[in-house]
Amino acid sequence: MTETATGTPRLYRARSGRLLGGVAAGLARHLGIDPVVTRLAFLALGIGGLGIAVYLVLLFFVPLEPETATDTPADGAAPTPAAPAGTGADTATAGESAGRAEHERSRQRGRDISQLLAYLALAGGLGVLFLIFGGVFDPLLWFLVFGALGGAILWQQANPAVRDEWMSATVLQSRKSWVRSGLGVLLIVIGVIGFLGFQQQLQDARAGLTFAAAMIAGISLVAAPWIIGLVRERDRERRERIRNQERAELAAHIHDSVLHTLTLIQRRSDDPREVQRLARVQERALRSWLYQRPADAETTVKPALERVAAEVEEAHGVPIEVVCVGDGPIDDNIQAALRAAREAMVNASKYAGADSISVFGEVDPREVLIFVRDRGTGFDLDGIPEDRMGVRGSIVGRMERHGGSARIRTAPGEGTEVQLRMPRTTESA
Amino acid sequence: MGRVRHVDDNSTFASGDAVPRVVIVDDHRLFRSGVRGELGDAVEVVGEAGDVDSAVRVIGEQRPDLVLLDVHLPGGGGVEVLRRVLGSHPEIRFLALSVSDAAEDVIGVVRGGARGYVTKTISGKELANAIVRVADGDAVFSPRLAGFVLDAFAATDAPPMDPELDRLTQREREVLRLIARGYAYKEVAKELFISVKTVETHVSSVLRKLQLSNRHELSRWATARKLV
Repeated sequence: MTETATGTPRLYRARSGRLLGGVAAGLARHLGIDPVVTRLAFLALGIGGLGIAVYLVLLFFVPLEPETATDTPADGAAPTPAAPAGTGADTATAGESAGRAEHERSRQRGRDISQLLAYLALAGGLGVLFLIFGGVFDPLLWFLVFGALGGAILWQQANPAVRDEWMSATVLQSRKSWVRSGLGVLLIVIGVIGFLGFQQQLQDARAGLTFAAAMIAGISLVAAPWIIGLVRERDRERRERIRNQERAELAAHIHDSVLHTLTLIQRRSDDPREVQRLARVQERALRSWLYQRPADAETTVKPALERVAAEVEEAHGVPIEVVCVGDGPIDDNIQAALRAAREAMVNASKYAGADSISVFGEVDPREVLIFVRDRGTGFDLDGIPEDRMGVRGSIVGRMERHGGSARIRTAPGEGTEVQLRMPRTTESA
Repeated sequence: MGRVRHVDDNSTFASGDAVPRVVIVDDHRLFRSGVRGELGDAVEVVGEAGDVDSAVRVIGEQRPDLVLLDVHLPGGGGVEVLRRVLGSHPEIRFLALSVSDAAEDVIGVVRGGARGYVTKTISGKELANAIVRVADGDAVFSPRLAGFVLDAFAATDAPPMDPELDRLTQREREVLRLIARGYAYKEVAKELFISVKTVETHVSSVLRKLQLSNRHELSRWATARKLV
């Protein structure tokens, strides 16, 4: 009981050292007593049903302990070794499954399964005893419990964390949430009708119920068009909002990129090379933004080749035109071919002195072909010293190591074309 | 050969002038004046238009040798201009000029009857060259267009309805691939040991196939790529 020194701690549901929802542990901490006491008290009350109802009410209205306080060790409770593997599925009572307001993570960390089993066994035993001796088993309370359970399930839908979990997309899950809602409604109906029935009030209530049902039907008939209109209006507003968001995004994009670049260009108008570079970078960014489908971002040849060319172009300032025919997934060998192609582009940018470089990629079912061509100075292939690794190591050697081939066509004054050929291992065209 | 006109005297156009008479159709005034300036004396710009209606009117009045046609235009796009002009004036040639990267735009105008396609990043000299060549009866393929066409014809896996028409011959594919690799016609000819004339013939027949190939196949291609 570390916290009692600073006065009575606020009533929270405990995150650590808890068995179910942390109600008993939190209450114990709040009252400054041993949680075993509160748990036994809930247990004793629970046999008659009232304890469960109180527990559920507390579960809902007492907030969960803030995350920062989680590291305080489990207080005075018997330090039974925790079994963190348990998810609670095997011991799930209705009360627990309704009370899952927290995330899986914190639940696993904070729950002490073995102790829970002990309490459940104790509860079972006591329940049997009470049944045998015809003790305080009051059906009314059980109907209250049903009602509370149903309410709990329905209210849980409004809890943001749980709603996110339940609403997360898949059909199965959304069907589950319908089942949950139905179950909740059913439990409430059972609870209410049972309660009234056992109070001998069902007969009296029938007229009232009929009246209420008729009223509800009438009101919904009157209100339906209005509600539908409201829903439609909401949908329209939502669409409008999305459209506005898109427009804002576009405006932001143009502001960030295009306007920025134009300003830079105005400032540096005396440096044509820099102006050209800025314009090219911006053009490419806008193009990819406008025309490229985001789905196949980096796993296929075409976007990868375009990206490589864009990077080389940005680094060396020579425009590179990429044309790619067909597309296909990248494997290790094709990755190597892309690196060789990059090397070829870098060489062309650095040494050829050409105005632009053409890159042509072709993916057919059998192989990937990449051609890197410039109309620059060209060079004498046999004249390269043996120790220069650029062409031999990075292009020819790399292609051959991966089962492909490279051919370089060049002559002084005629430009250069590097031809890369890499067979495909995956046969998915 | 059909539609392809071969004129022996390269400097004489349908209008009888030494330089082709050109109408520029683009919705950006700034771009039109830029092109006009870059072309200089290589061509005679006889008119400009900024949308489909005015383009059809100006072309009808001027009867140019060639129309430099933007793909994106208010009032229906370049395709609409082609449709309305080629019906009554089939002799007028169109060169598509686009900033668009979208294959369906480009293929669309070429199928609509444009005799070539160049991107707006082309230099003034090359553009003038392309204009003269198209006005003269050739077809002009940029590497990018060649790539688009190869893509379009490669993706047709089902047997075409009319193989004569819908398939590219081996030779045509080779020509297109070299163009896509950035080769000039002259270089393509040298590479394949054929004459430049033959290269032009291949290119023209590719263009014809593109214009006449069954619509169904191309739209399927576009759909498969989520282009339309």
